[in-house]
Amino acid sequence: MSAVTLTDIVKRFGDFTAVHRMSLEIPEGSFLTLLGPSGCGKTTTLRMVAGLLDPTEGEIQIKGKHVTNVPIHKRNLGIVFQNYALFPHKTVADNVAFGLRYRDVSAEEAKRRVNEALELVQLPNVGDRYPKQLSGGQQQRIALARAIVIEPDVLLLDEPLSALDANLREDMRVELKRIQHRIGVTTIFVTHDQSEALAMSDQIVVMSDGRVEQVGPPEEVYNTPSSEFVANFLGASNILPATAGQASGDTLPIEVGGFGSIAIPRDRAPALNGSGKARLVVRAEKLLLTRPGDAPAGSISVDGTVETVDYQGQAVRYFVRVGDTQLQAINMIDGRPFNEGDSVAVSLRPRDCAALPEGT
Amino acid sequence: MGWNLIRTWTLLVYLFMFLPVAVVVLLSFNASQFGSFPMTGFSLRWFIELSQNEAILRAFRTSIVLGLMTATISTTLGVLASLALVRYRVPGANVISTLLIAPILVPEVVLAVALLLFLNFMSINKSFTLLLAGHVIFTLPFVILVVQARLVSIRRDVEEAAMSLGASPRQTFFQITLPLMLPAVLAGALFAFTISFDDITGTLFWKPGGVETVPTQIFAMLRNSISPEINALGTVMILLTVGLPLLGLAIARSASTKRGS
Ligand SMILES: Nc1ncnc2c1ncn2[C@@H]1O[C@H](COP(=O)(O)OP(=O)(O)OP(=O)(O)O)[C@@H](O)[C@H]1O
Ligand SMILES: [Mg+2]
Repeated sequence: MSAVTLTDIVKRFGDFTAVHRMSLEIPEGSFLTLLGPSGCGKTTTLRMVAGLLDPTEGEIQIKGKHVTNVPIHKRNLGIVFQNYALFPHKTVADNVAFGLRYRDVSAEEAKRRVNEALELVQLPNVGDRYPKQLSGGQQQRIALARAIVIEPDVLLLDEPLSALDANLREDMRVELKRIQHRIGVTTIFVTHDQSEALAMSDQIVVMSDGRVEQVGPPEEVYNTPSSEFVANFLGASNILPATAGQASGDTLPIEVGGFGSIAIPRDRAPALNGSGKARLVVRAEKLLLTRPGDAPAGSISVDGTVETVDYQGQAVRYFVRVGDTQLQAINMIDGRPFNEGDSVAVSLRPRDCAALPEGT
Repeated sequence: MGWNLIRTWTLLVYLFMFLPVAVVVLLSFNASQFGSFPMTGFSLRWFIELSQNEAILRAFRTSIVLGLMTATISTTLGVLASLALVRYRVPGANVISTLLIAPILVPEVVLAVALLLFLNFMSINKSFTLLLAGHVIFTLPFVILVVQARLVSIRRDVEEAAMSLGASPRQTFFQITLPLMLPAVLAGALFAFTISFDDITGTLFWKPGGVETVPTQIFAMLRNSISPEINALGTVMILLTVGLPLLGLAIARSASTKRGS
């Protein structure tokens, strides 16, 4: 049984449709991320699950129960907000204990569970402090403790890490995933940060303009995008006009200007029906630059000229001109990086390519 | 040079404002039977006489009862109105908000006369209840302004967090919203009390015959003679109307330091 089921959810604000007919099943115990650019309807979706917004149409079920008409305080959800939303006039311990007051829990039991939760978020000694006396990262941990101490059916997180600075964000990301794994709570996580989504999720839902673009595990969404939007949104991709041929066996020939015919595995083009106009997607990290003549065996190679070099520490991002198109390549630094104006061989392996129908 | 001029000017303005007040306080301790200079010695005589003056004591009781009732009603109404205006989408919220604030903008005399004419028109007699109603109308805007400002700064997600944890909207109000806006509620109540306690214009128009508040009592006494008792009464009033808000401020401050903010 899935923990959360959305059936044909629509949300309109006046004439504006923020969420278009969305259906989603979230398996028990899984970590699902709503990923998409600003304004695509992630928060709106999450707030409908929370009961903070009523869907205009559609049904929401949590653990098999219809909750569309159940008010938020009867849904048994843990919510972590972007700005922590701790109660400033209560101590940390009282903040964490707050949800237990409305549940059948004895005083000792409550105390034990609060301590357990504080230990789980690795802040066992701050119970007597007030939220203002904690750092941002600590406040966010307390907010998490407060949400999980009630043993919620679903944990909802709306960009919980975005108010933290970059280093802390990465630590908290690992920490959050560890805690989620430990207690096994079904989690819906909202972010517009693709690296967060890729690192943490069991399933990613890529959204754009109130619609679901693709649902799948991180590797699948990353490696086999089902639309140009997804290919562009997750990481840097090269999207080239192409023509698909007739599939034979496990491979599908794709004709790409400049590269000739590339036989890609059939399962890297799941959305492609039959032959005709298509798009070839190659991730920037999969495009390898070498000195002319050094291209690795088994890959398809063309000549190009380096136009821009963007040094990024362990990796370099190059913009290379091949014929009349500019391609993006991100390569690990092995020896000396190329310079602007260098002639290079640009090579790719057929199995690193994916194909999409045109106009998606 | 220019700065010196401004400095002197400022000093003079403050002197002009506070000197009379200081004189009143000083003269209230004067032993002489005339409420004016020269001082002939220090004495608490006028305070003692004050405490034995039936009319003044009655006026004091009336003022305090009126002030407390005004503060209670104004604060309750003010909190409810602010909640409605800030937290719920009320059609015409802007118009309602302007109407509620309007009594501060209209000159008090105009408001007083208007209410009086209205009562006449409705053939309703003056009564203590109507005096109270007048004071509530007049103090409500202050409460609303203070409470609304505070309520706007209370983040909605704090209340949403409380509800997600199982608190009903009512429990959320009493557990979260009210405690967070308590300083503003207390400040509003203090405002309402002091404004009501101080008010003379409206009160003169609205009060039924035979009822006097402290300010109208002073006014009546001044018409006969300037007794030094009035200086003593003035000192007590100053103590009350300055002391109470200061006390309120101190309470609010100590409450917020406890919270480490
Ligand atoms: N109460 C509202 N009234 C009208 N429009 C709204 C309301 N709430 C959200 N919207 C609109 O719905 C769209 C989706 O908003 P939502 O907050 O869900 O975006 P989001 O994906 O969470 O974006 P972000 O990453 O910026 O938080 C936006 O275009 C927004 O302007
Ligand atoms: Mg959002």
